[in-house]
Amino acid sequence: MESRSRHFKANAAASLANPVLQANLKTAKGKFVDKRAISIKEIDDFEGSREAAKNIRNRVLENLDLWLEKFEENATARGATVLWAKDGEEICRHVAEIGLRHGVKKAAKSKSMLSEEAGLNLALTAAGIRPIETDLGEYILQINDNEPPSHIIAPVVHKSLDEIADLFHQVHKTPRKTEIPALTREAREVLREHFLTADMGISGGNFLVAETGSVALVTNEGNGRMVTTLPHVHVVITGIEKVVPTLEDLSLLMRLLPRSATGQSISNYVSVLTGVKTPAELDGPEHLYFILVDNGRADVVGSEFQDMLRCIRCGACMNHCPVYQTIGGHAYGWVYPGPMGSVLTPLYTGLENAIDLPQAATLCNQCGVVCPVMIPLPELLRKLREKQVEKHLRPWFERIALKTWAWVAGNPPLYALGSWLGVRYLKWLAGGRDRIPVLGVAPGWTLGRDFPAPEGKTFRELYAKKKGR
Amino acid sequence: MNSREDILGRVRAALGRDAVNTVAVRQDIDAVLAARVQGPRPAMPTDLAALTARFAEKSAVQSSTIDRVANLADAPAAVARYLKGLDLSLAAVIWPSLAALDWRAAGLAVEARGAVDSDMVGITGCFCAIAETGTLMACSAPDHPATVSLLPETHIALVPMSRIVPGMEDAWALARAELGSLPRAVNFISGPSRTGDIEQTIVLGAHGPYRVHLVIIEGE
Repeated sequence: MESRSRHFKANAAASLANPVLQANLKTAKGKFVDKRAISIKEIDDFEGSREAAKNIRNRVLENLDLWLEKFEENATARGATVLWAKDGEEICRHVAEIGLRHGVKKAAKSKSMLSEEAGLNLALTAAGIRPIETDLGEYILQINDNEPPSHIIAPVVHKSLDEIADLFHQVHKTPRKTEIPALTREAREVLREHFLTADMGISGGNFLVAETGSVALVTNEGNGRMVTTLPHVHVVITGIEKVVPTLEDLSLLMRLLPRSATGQSISNYVSVLTGVKTPAELDGPEHLYFILVDNGRADVVGSEFQDMLRCIRCGACMNHCPVYQTIGGHAYGWVYPGPMGSVLTPLYTGLENAIDLPQAATLCNQCGVVCPVMIPLPELLRKLREKQVEKHLRPWFERIALKTWAWVAGNPPLYALGSWLGVRYLKWLAGGRDRIPVLGVAPGWTLGRDFPAPEGKTFRELYAKKKGR
Repeated sequence: MNSREDILGRVRAALGRDAVNTVAVRQDIDAVLAARVQGPRPAMPTDLAALTARFAEKSAVQSSTIDRVANLADAPAAVARYLKGLDLSLAAVIWPSLAALDWRAAGLAVEARGAVDSDMVGITGCFCAIAETGTLMACSAPDHPATVSLLPETHIALVPMSRIVPGMEDAWALARAELGSLPRAVNFISGPSRTGDIEQTIVLGAHGPYRVHLVIIEGE
C-alpha cells in the first residue's frame, strides 16, 4: 500500500472537518475501552501477565534468527513450505507463483495487515486470481472500491450503519436493509459461496509457535477457520517477529490479546494449525505455505526501536489514544494507525515519509499504560523526534527557532532579558485579566483554550528578591 | 543472495551472531522448549464439580446454551429435545466417532461425514473443554472432521465431564500426553461465531454457527 503519511496534517484537517466521520468516531468512542477495563479484572495478576508477555516476546527477539530457524525446521517437518519475502513486492510474487502452481482462480482471505502492506489484492487481480476479503469489515471495504481500513481490528469503525446499508443495496442489488443482523446475514450468504468455491485460503498469523511449527489464528467470525479448512491451498503471510517459543507462551498471550483488543475473555475461535492434512482426513489443505516477511522489520532488530517488535496488534493503543479518537485511522496515511502506527510507519516506510507522525501524539502515555506487552510508545515516539532533528528532517523555521532558542538559553544575561521582556509583554496583553484569549504570536495555540497570563515577575526576579531578604 | 539469507543475515549481524554464541543459544532454545514454563494463571477450582460449574457459567457468557445428562446413552434424547424445542431440523451431520450412539431411537437422522453447506445441524464431541473461558477444544482427525462444528447453523457438542480442564495450558498437556504431536487443526471454540464490525454491535452467526449447544455428560 502506498503511504500517504507525508500528508498527515492535511489528512487530519480533512478528518476534523468531516461531520459524518466525526459522528461515527463519536459512536465508536469508548466501547472497546470500557469492555477492556471490565475483562482485565478477570485476570488475577494482570500486571504480572503483562510482564510475562513482554519477557516472552523479548526472549524471541533477542535471538530472532535462531528462533526463526527453529520454527522453520518444525514447520517443514510437518509438510509446510517456508518462504521468505524482503518486501511487499516479493510477497505478491510468492502468492502469485503459488497460485499458478496449484491452478488457483479464487483466493478467500482472512484478515492480514501484511497483505495491506503489500497491496496484495491488486497484485492477485493482475495475476488472474480473484481475491475475496471475508472478514465482514474488510469485505465492506473491498466492495467500496478497495477503501483502506481505518483500524487494525475494526476496519470499518469509521463507517455508519447507514453508509453500509447503502453500499450493500448498491453492490448486492438487494432491497436496502437497515438492521445490523440482516446486513450480516446478507454478507454471510454472499461470502459462504466464496468459501466453498475458493481454491486458496490466505490468512495472516497472530503467532508462530516455534515448538510445533504452527500458526495461531484468532477470529470471531469464523472466516479464519473457513479459509484454512475448505480450500486445498493455505498461505500464511506473517512478519518475522511473530514467533513465540511454546504453546504455554501462546496460552499466556491469549489471555491478553482478546482482552486488550475487544475486551473479550477469549476470541470465539483460536485455531492452532500445524502442517497439511493427512490422506485419511476429510478436510484441511493439502498444501501449506508460510511467507515470512521482513518489509522493514529486520532493520529494527537490535536497534533502539526493537521494543516495537513485541507488538501483538491488539489495537489497545489506538482505542485509548486521544489523537486517534479525534481524527480516525485514515489520517495516518498507511496500514497502521494510532500510536503503534506512528512508530511503525516511519520505521518501515522511512522517517522522511512520515515526518509528522511522531508529532501526532500528546505523549500522555495512555497507550504505554494499556499496551499488553509494555511497549514504551511515548519513549519511542520521542526517540523518533530526536532522529528527525539529527537527520535535519524538520522544517527550516522549526530548526532556526530551536537553534535560536538554544543560543538564548545558553546565554544567561540574554535569557534573563528575554524572559523579563516576555512576562511584561504577556501581562500587558492580558490587560488585567488572568488569561489571554488570543495569543498574537501563536494564534493556533489559543484556538481551543486560553493562555494563562503571568503574574508579572520572572522566576529569576522572584528568586533574587527572596535571596536578598 | 536469496531472501532467506538476506533477511537472516541482517538479523544475525544486528544481534552479533557468531559460531560460539550460536551453539550456546541453540542450547538455551532447546532448554526453553523443554521447560515449558507457564506464566501467571487465574485461580481455578480444583474439584471437578466446581470446575464444571465454572465451565457452564463461562459458556453461558459466551452465548452457548448448556444441558447436562447422566450418561452418554442419554445424549441423543437431550439433543432431540433441544432441536425440537427450537423447532430446528432433526437431520444432522455428525462426527464419525459418535455415530454408534442410538440417534434413530431419539428421532434423529444423522449422517457420519464431513459437513456440506446444506447441513443445518452439526454434532461433535470435543478433545477436552476449558473451564477458565467456557471453551471447547476440537482436534481434527479422520473421524473428527473440522467442518462439522463450522458450516451448520447449529453446533451441538457432547462434553464428557471428566474432560473439563482448568486452562489452555492443561489442554496442551493433555494433547501432548495423549496425541504426541499436534493434529493438523486444533480449534478452540467459545460460543457461536459473531462479529462486531458494524458500529461495534455484536451480532451472532457471522460465518459459522448461530447457536452452540453443549451437552455435558456427567458419567463420562
